[in-house]
This record gives sequence, structure tokens and C-alpha cells, in this order.
Amino acid sequence: MSDMSYVRSEMLPERAPPASSVGIVGWARQNLFNGVGNSILTVLALILLWIVVSRLVPWFFSPTWNSASLNECREIVGTGHGHGGGGACWGVIRDRWQQLLFGFYPEAERWRTVLAFALLFVALIPVLFNMISRRMNWVLLLAVLGLAALYLGGALGIIVGLALIAAAGFVGFKALSTSKEDRAAEIEAGAKRLPNPLIFSAIFPFVAPWLLWGGSIWLPIGAALGFVVGYIAFRYLTPIVGSLAGLIIAVLATVIWWLVLTGGFASIMSSIIPIGLEPVESRNFGGFMLSITIGVVAIACSLPIGIVLALGRQSDLLIVKALCVGFIEFIRGVPLITLLFVASTLLNIFMPPGTNFDIILRVLIMVTLFAAAYMAEVIRGGLAALPTGQYEAADALGLDYWKAQRLIIMPQALKISIPGIVSTFIGVFKDTVLVSIIGLLDPLGLTNAIRADVAWNGLVWELYGFIAFMFFVFCFSMSRYSMYLERRLRTDHR
Amino acid sequence: MTTITDPHQGQFRLSMLLYDSRYRSMTIQIVALIGFLMLLGWLLSNTAQNLADLGKEPSFRFMFEPAGYDINQRLLEYDSQDTHLRASLMGLLNTLLVAVLGCIAATIIGVVIGVLRLSPNWIISRLSAVYVEGFRNVPVLLWIVFIMAILIETLPQPRAFRSGDATMSFWESVAVTNRGVYIPEPLFSRSLGDVHVFGASSLRFDVSLDLLALLAVLIAGILTSVLIKRRADATQEATGVRPRTWHWRLGVVVVPFLVVMGILGFYLGYPELKGFNFRGGTHLRNSLIALWLALSLYTGAFIAEIVRAGILAVSKGQTEAAGALGLRPNRTMSLVILPQALRVIIPPLISNYLNLTKNSSLAIAVGYMDITGTLGGITMNQTGRELETVLLLMLVYLAISLTISAVMNWYNESVKLKER
Repeated sequence: MSDMSYVRSEMLPERAPPASSVGIVGWARQNLFNGVGNSILTVLALILLWIVVSRLVPWFFSPTWNSASLNECREIVGTGHGHGGGGACWGVIRDRWQQLLFGFYPEAERWRTVLAFALLFVALIPVLFNMISRRMNWVLLLAVLGLAALYLGGALGIIVGLALIAAAGFVGFKALSTSKEDRAAEIEAGAKRLPNPLIFSAIFPFVAPWLLWGGSIWLPIGAALGFVVGYIAFRYLTPIVGSLAGLIIAVLATVIWWLVLTGGFASIMSSIIPIGLEPVESRNFGGFMLSITIGVVAIACSLPIGIVLALGRQSDLLIVKALCVGFIEFIRGVPLITLLFVASTLLNIFMPPGTNFDIILRVLIMVTLFAAAYMAEVIRGGLAALPTGQYEAADALGLDYWKAQRLIIMPQALKISIPGIVSTFIGVFKDTVLVSIIGLLDPLGLTNAIRADVAWNGLVWELYGFIAFMFFVFCFSMSRYSMYLERRLRTDHR
Repeated sequence: MTTITDPHQGQFRLSMLLYDSRYRSMTIQIVALIGFLMLLGWLLSNTAQNLADLGKEPSFRFMFEPAGYDINQRLLEYDSQDTHLRASLMGLLNTLLVAVLGCIAATIIGVVIGVLRLSPNWIISRLSAVYVEGFRNVPVLLWIVFIMAILIETLPQPRAFRSGDATMSFWESVAVTNRGVYIPEPLFSRSLGDVHVFGASSLRFDVSLDLLALLAVLIAGILTSVLIKRRADATQEATGVRPRTWHWRLGVVVVPFLVVMGILGFYLGYPELKGFNFRGGTHLRNSLIALWLALSLYTGAFIAEIVRAGILAVSKGQTEAAGALGLRPNRTMSLVILPQALRVIIPPLISNYLNLTKNSSLAIAVGYMDITGTLGGITMNQTGRELETVLLLMLVYLAISLTISAVMNWYNESVKLKER
């Protein structure tokens, strides 16, 4: 009887789940049709989607790429339903593509803007990402410069270009052929490292304006020398007069160099060694190039100013705090368009009589101030979110104010405020289209000119849709980058 | 316990202004103040010098000169012989009009999309995400101009209604044309007339007595309804049974209102096609509609994210705790989730209202005559008074912003968690 058993002694094999709960069907039942309400919503959404897609797709794929006017488009696609016939008229993009990118920048000089933005990427990579090695960065820089030289042509250009590209290839090959561990071992053994690519990122702010506006090369060099002058003054005066006085003198020396001596330096040097590019006037700037220029400068300058303003607003010094609060609240209380009115009509009135400085520079100043006020509030939020213990711990370690800010407070506060900072960046970039209202020819300003053209009169969707798409690409990638950065900097337990 | 910095005994030296922590902050502040005052003085003296050179003495007298331009979309009566001040007032009212309309529409859009984005239904939440990302990542000015262009280019012309190519919607009462939308206007056949306030000055306006009467009846009705609710609450407290009052509460609001409307002879004035255009009814111009749609769709996308974040911010334990207490789902929503979510939602919501109001200044791009279009646009160009007009413009926006943020701070204080 002992082998009789009413209890199963081994596990049954697993059976497949019912067909209705796995695969596409199961997923749809769980996510789309669980309940009457949800099913109705799903069906409505599908109908909406169908209406949009069934109209958009044939409209989008219309063979009008080579048409030269709206009438020609209509001939090609026929006057089907709705406005503009049954298809999009993409000829306008092909026809005005260059204008939408560069505005009225002289055609022969457009390579400079392209080079400036290629170099911008090279300069940004070491700042934004840490996934690319030091050597690959230099490879990129050499390759970009080489390509530019090749494009310029001429015997010299081709020789220099080929040499640069060959150098890039050589370094790139070495970088790819040695593994990360081998390289680390080499450095350990005393191999020379390439210089930090951030050096180029620091030089770039002086190179880019020169490429875009042209003129003598000695002006940006003079501006850069201001920092050198300040550094030398700080370095050699500090042991004599103490750190604080040294710093003050260094700042004064830099400002004096910029205000008084740079102009003379540049004119003397350019009469000795005249190197320069064809100057391009600001009113020829336009298109996405203008938007990106304003956006990048405002973004880059607003962050440090915003940090200073936020610290001022959080400080115990009553007068400094009042000044910062007043500035921030004033700027945040008025729309950007009024500040642009100030830029276009009033800023020259505020300056000493006879001053007449560039409209783009004026716009840059106002947009930067505007962005800085918003940035200050975002960073203040980050500062306020830090637990008091962090401040007290910094004090307990004996750090002074600036050391505590630099080593303890700011790294954490900035990390907390990344989403806010990046959404301010996106806002600034989007706000650059407002310059079309004061008559600068950014993409939106150009649409008026294009739509006023007889050939394209009456065009709506293609043109605005294209510009909207371009802005979407820029802004959406910025927001994705902020998510990446948040993940990269997350130091809590995962 | 000893202090590290023993009090300084010796006499005061000048370098102590920088190196002694007791004096340093004072030094920094005074230097900052002097620097600020010098900068301000420099700017002011430059301005005075420049203005003198241009022969423009700063003065606001131009505000009382005839404006000489027309404002097509306006809330009060105005003609081109009125002063710049009155033109600016029309502009201010137009700004407030589009701001209020926009805030209402943006809130509705934002709440609906924000809730839909949290829906377990995959396709609905994806579509809402597409809406949010699509609208947030494109400049609002582009949306305004884009929608304006669509309205002008794709809607039928008024004369298409004559030939029958287009028909009026909503039982022949609303005409959607490329010159704007014509909707019925409320009229009273036995009107009580208007009261003129401020005589013939630039700030004059008329108050319709019909409207006042209706408002009075409505407010009285709502107050009575609140009283009935109080009574019902008291009865429930005392007996445990809540009397059925909703029909009374509805009745005291609606019935007197309808009666007064009947007495005043309320009827709708429909737009009619006369010649090549519509007459009668209220004319909402394209510029207003484009601005309103663009601002509400754009801000709605931001509000949707705020609503979503607010609902997600209430921890799941709260819902479960409410369930454990035996609350029904709708009571859980109104008594537990919403009060906590609102605390998170309201401050950024109000700051978005503020943004919407400031963004309404972009009206100038489509020719909607808001305060920027009148005071900062035509008035500035006609009088050449850049300094004064821009200053006034900024003051107006600052006043609006500060009022809204004062309300926000007051609200924040009132809903703040009472911590010990």
C-alpha cells in the first residue's frame, strides 16, 4: 500500500497563459480595452488618428520638390480638397532653404558660419558629455579644420587641409587601435597625454565672433589678452598685497585693458600684420544662424550671471540682496518684447552721446539680462532645496564662503536645478523668434518676406510647419539632454 | 569654551575694512551701493544729455493729445479723435480680455490633457504626450502667426456665404469667415439704459443697468443657495439625514435670473450678411481668435505637465489610507487627493497665468490692439516718445505681474502646511 498516494509528488509542467492575455492581443486588452470607458476612448483616439494620418501622409508625400512657385505646385498636385490642392508644396523649402539658414549673409562667406557652428559642437562636446575620449576630441577638431581648409581650396588650403586630416586620421587610428586599459597603462608609465580639449572650449568664444562678424583677428586676440593681463596681475600681485586686493586689482586691470588699450592694440597690430576676414554687417545676419547665435550667447552668459544674482538674493548683505531682488523681479515682471523695445530704441539713449552700437549686440544684452533673471530664480530654488545641514557642514569644515559655495553648495544646487535650468535654456532659445518683431530677420521674420513674394503668396503650412519642426528638433533634443545629464549626475542609491 | 576670534583691542586701521570680518560686509555693501548709484547716475545723465540733443524733453503731455488712429477690436466706445490715454486704456482692456479668455481655456485644456496623460490607456496617454511635447517645444510667437495665417488662408470669405459655398454653423447663428467669427450678441428690448461714468474724460465708460440687474439677481441667488446648503448641513449634523436640496439650490439661482431676463426682454441679435460683409452680432476678429487659440494651446501644454506632476506628487499611500478609512473613490478624490495636489499645482499654475499674460504682448505680431500694440506700437511711432511709452508699458505689465504674484503669495501662505 505504501506506493499508493493521493497527493501529487511532482510539479505539473507550466501551461501557456491564455491567448487573450499575452502578445499583442493581451497587451491591447490590458492597455486599450479594459472597461467600457477606455474602449470608447481608444476608438475615438483611433478615429482621430486615422483622420489626421490619412490626410497628412498623402499631403506630405507630394512630388513638388522642384516646383518654382505655388501655381506650379497646384498644377502638379491638382486642386484637390482644401487649400493649396491635395499636396504640400515643398518647392519653397528648396528655393528658400539657404535664406532660412543664413538670411542675407554674403554667399561667399557662408562657410564661416558653418565652420563656427561645427566648431561650436567640437567645443561643446567636452563640456556636455564625458563619453568621448580626449584624443577623439582633438581628432574631431583637426578634421573640422581640415575640411574647412579643403573647402577654401587653393594650393595652400589643400595642403593644409590634407595635412590636418592626415593628422586627424593618425591620431584617430592610434586612439581606436589602443584599448582603454592599454592607454591607461601607458599614461601610468609616463606617456604624454594630449592637452585637455577644454582649452579649445575656452578659446572658442573669441574665435566664433571673429568668424561670424569678420574684421581684424587682433580684436578678439586683444579681448582674450584681457584675461591674460588679469591673470598675470593676480598671480604676481597677490603675494605682495594679499589675495583680496590682488583680485580687485586684477579685475580693474582687465577692465582698463578692455576699455582703454584693446582698441589701440588691435589697430597697431593690424597695421603691422593685417590678418582678417571680410567684415559682415549685423543687418545681413538672419535665419536660423541668427536664432542660434542669439540663443547660444544668451544661454552661455545667462548661467554665470544667474548664479551671481541667485547668490546675491540669498546673501545676508541687505543692500546687495535688495539690488538683486529688485533687478530679478523687475525683469521677470515685464514681457521680453518690452525689453527688446528698449534694445531697439532706448539703449543708445542710455549710452554716452554719439555711441551707436550694433543692434544684435543690443539685443544680446537684453536677452541675456532677461534669461539671467529667470536663471537666478531657478538656481535660487536649488539653493533653497539644499538641506541646511550642508551649509552647516561646510562651515564646520572651516571653509570660507567662496570655497563652501564652490565645493559643497553649488555642485549640489546646480544638480538639483538641472531640469529648471534646461527649461530656461529652451525658453530662451524659443524666445529668440521675438527679434522678428523689432525687424531682425530670423526665420519667422523671413516668412513675411517669403509669403509676400508673388511666387509663394498664400503659402502657410509648409513654411511654418518646417520652421516649427526645426525649433522642435532643437528644443526637444535639449530636453532629452537634460534627462541624460540628470541620469549621469545621479549619485544616490540606485 | 573660547571663541577663536578674540575682540580686536588695537586701534582701527584702514585695511581692516577688507580683512576684518566685522567690517567687510559693510564695506562690500557700501561699495555695491556706490557702484549702483554711480551706474544709475551715469545712465540718467547720458539719457538727459541725449534727449536734450534730440530736443525731446521728457513729458507725458502727449498722452492727452488726440491719438488719430483706429482700434478695430475694442471693449468700450472709442474713435480716432480720442486721446492716446484712452487708446492705451482700450489696449489694456484688450490685454486683460485675451489674458482672461486664455487663462480659462488653457486651464481647461491643461487639466483635460494632464489627466489624459496619466490614463492607463496607452494610445490616449501617447497622444497627450505628443500634444504636450509638440506645443511646448515650438515658440508661441510661431503658433500665433501660424494660426493667424491658417485662419486667413483657409476660412471662407464672407461673400462665399452669399453664393452658398459656405454656410453658417450652429443653426444659422455663427458665421466663421476669414475676417473673423461673428457670434450672436445679447440684446434687451426693454432695456434700462446705461449709466455714463466719468463724463467725457478719457477714462469714461458706460455701465449697462441690464447687466447690473442680472448680476445682482445672480449673486443674490448664489447667496441664497449657500444659505440653503448651510441649513442642510445643520440638519445633517443634528439628525444624521441630509435633506434633498439640490432642486431648491438650482431653482433659486436659475428661476429669478430667467424671470429678470424675461422682464428686460432678452433676445439674441444674429449676424446677417449685408453686401459683402456681415452686420450685427459680435465680431471676434481673427487676430483675437488666433492669439487666444495659440496662447491657450501653448500654455495648456505647460499646465498639463503641472497637473500631471501635481497628481503624481500625492503618494499612493494617501489613496490607500483613504480607502482603508472607507471613503468612496469620488470622496477620496475630493477630500484627500485634490487638496494635496492643488497645493503643488496652484503656484506654478499662477506663474503660467502670468506667463500667458506677458506672452499676450506678442499680439503686436498679428495686429491685435493690446497695450503693446497701442501704447508700445502706434502711439510710440506717432509721437516718437520712446522713453515715456516704454516706461509706461513696463509699469503696466509690472503692475499686472505684481498683483498676480501678490495673490499667489497670499494663497501660498493660506495653504501652506502648518508645521510645528
